[in-house]
Amino acid sequence: MRYFLSSILKVIPVLLMISFIVFFLVRLTGDPVSLMLPETATDQQREDLRQSLGLNDPIYIQYFTYMADVIQGDFGESFRYNQPAIDIVLERLPASFTLAISSMIIATIIAVPAGIYSAIKRNTFADLIITGSSVLGKAMPNFWLGIMLILILAVQFSIFPVSGSGTIAHLVLPSITLGTAIAAEMTRLIRSSMLEVLGSEYIRTARSKGLRETIVVNKHALRNALIPVVTIMALQTATLIGGTLITETVFSWPGMGQLLVQAVNARDMAVVQAATFIIAILVILSNLTADLTYRFLDPRIKYED
Amino acid sequence: MNANTQVEQNMDVKPHHKEQSRVSKVFKQLWKSKTGTVGLVIVLCVILMAVFADIIAPYDHTETNVSARLLPPFWMEGGSFNYILGTDNLGRDVLSRIIIGSKVSLLVGIASVIVAGAIGLFLGLVSGYYGKWIDQVIMRLVDSFLAIPNILFMLIILAVIGPSLTSIIIVLGVTTWVIYARMVRSETLSIKERDYVKSARAIGASDYRIIKKYILPNVVSSFIVIATLNVATTIILESSLSFLGLGIQSPDVSWGLMLSDGRDYLATSWWVATFPGLAITITVLGIIFLGDWLRDMLDPKTKS
Repeated sequence: MRYFLSSILKVIPVLLMISFIVFFLVRLTGDPVSLMLPETATDQQREDLRQSLGLNDPIYIQYFTYMADVIQGDFGESFRYNQPAIDIVLERLPASFTLAISSMIIATIIAVPAGIYSAIKRNTFADLIITGSSVLGKAMPNFWLGIMLILILAVQFSIFPVSGSGTIAHLVLPSITLGTAIAAEMTRLIRSSMLEVLGSEYIRTARSKGLRETIVVNKHALRNALIPVVTIMALQTATLIGGTLITETVFSWPGMGQLLVQAVNARDMAVVQAATFIIAILVILSNLTADLTYRFLDPRIKYED
Repeated sequence: MNANTQVEQNMDVKPHHKEQSRVSKVFKQLWKSKTGTVGLVIVLCVILMAVFADIIAPYDHTETNVSARLLPPFWMEGGSFNYILGTDNLGRDVLSRIIIGSKVSLLVGIASVIVAGAIGLFLGLVSGYYGKWIDQVIMRLVDSFLAIPNILFMLIILAVIGPSLTSIIIVLGVTTWVIYARMVRSETLSIKERDYVKSARAIGASDYRIIKKYILPNVVSSFIVIATLNVATTIILESSLSFLGLGIQSPDVSWGLMLSDGRDYLATSWWVATFPGLAITITVLGIIFLGDWLRDMLDPKTKS
């Protein structure tokens, strides 16, 4: 319980620091006034707007007013959509979640059997092929894999649509693109975790009791091997979200990642800020959950830091 | 403990002798590891290609030829040996652009790792060695950086300061230092509690001397391994940035930028986007092989 509280408390300075970083980045983008007013505006009009936006206040006061707004979920209005930035971002979240979940499903379907198989058939040809593919999966830029999938499965054979959204078929290529990237990392983790568990005392005991090998592997070894895998994967949430930025852009998938890339390119900073905060909160929450679950599932880990 | 006694022992040996036996030992070990050898060969080829790019490349990377637009590679109908890997939409030679693009990819990869490594080494040492509140501040900073995806962080900064070769290197460095800082911090934490460090401090050695003489030599091998593997990561990040439009800008060329250009011609001319992607994959694969081999050699405890 004490550990739980102290982890929660650690989140606060992190969020503050992120708000600090984002605030200064956005202030550096230049004068918001010049984006908001037409070219023909007079100096007096500019000055009035600056005054009313509070841009003439000292920087720390600006930061406090900004934080007061942020805490209420107010990130300002997107100048491209003329809507509150936070609404636009939240609107795009479900599409990104759909993509993330279907990619995770694909990754699990590939990685769990591949990882187990290469661990029990260590140093065989099959192991070589599996570990080789997972290294290849890491070496290949994700967006290039996406482009190659489009080239072969959409352009050459017209099995799946090139890009867009709306049907299940639209979801297939982006999920494979993102899913295989996750699978590459996951396979490697499962393999090494399984190898470690298979070499442990209790597995030897289970085997010496005369249990069938499938029961030893699936029941005794896998369950224990998956604990570190699940937590390490949860710690990769930031990388996963970074991957959606690129995959969504390649396939014009209307999620938060595509929105963010467009917003950055258009310098629509209100949207960029809102999305960055949402992402940071998601990442922190999933890391915290991973950490606590790990400690809960594996009591050998001490509760002090 | 082992790593350090090893270091101490090596110090007693005459420097010349040590060098020779070490080099031959390294090569013997390298020859045993097939993937390590492949990795080293690939990396050396890419370095040579980048260094002599302007001599090897048959054409200049900006040289356009309107009458030779979107020509296929030589083995396809309509292709010729003038343009071995074909041409892009402006009639520029794909092979030449890949060769010259290797300069940017490699330069960005290596330079940004140096920037990130320097920041991470410094903050990791300070955090681990001095501890207390400064450690808290640096670790919360690390947490904040971990909470924002690298690529997003880079996009925002580049949108603010504008993309150029220098700004890309700095941005990649400033956003990827975290991994070094964490590694250096945890190594420092364990080394500073050892008896020989405590006795050094007891006889009045300065912090600077302790860090230089005892901590750095113990950190260096893990550091080299992580840095090598991170050259691969930054090459992929650079190509992603260029692909998203905030990386290398034309008329300069990088593999990611070529991929981004080629994407619009997928339906008719697959080669424009395919070859630069292959170049990235092969290079990164080579670096990963080399890095894994270095890890087995230098840093057996982190062996996966």
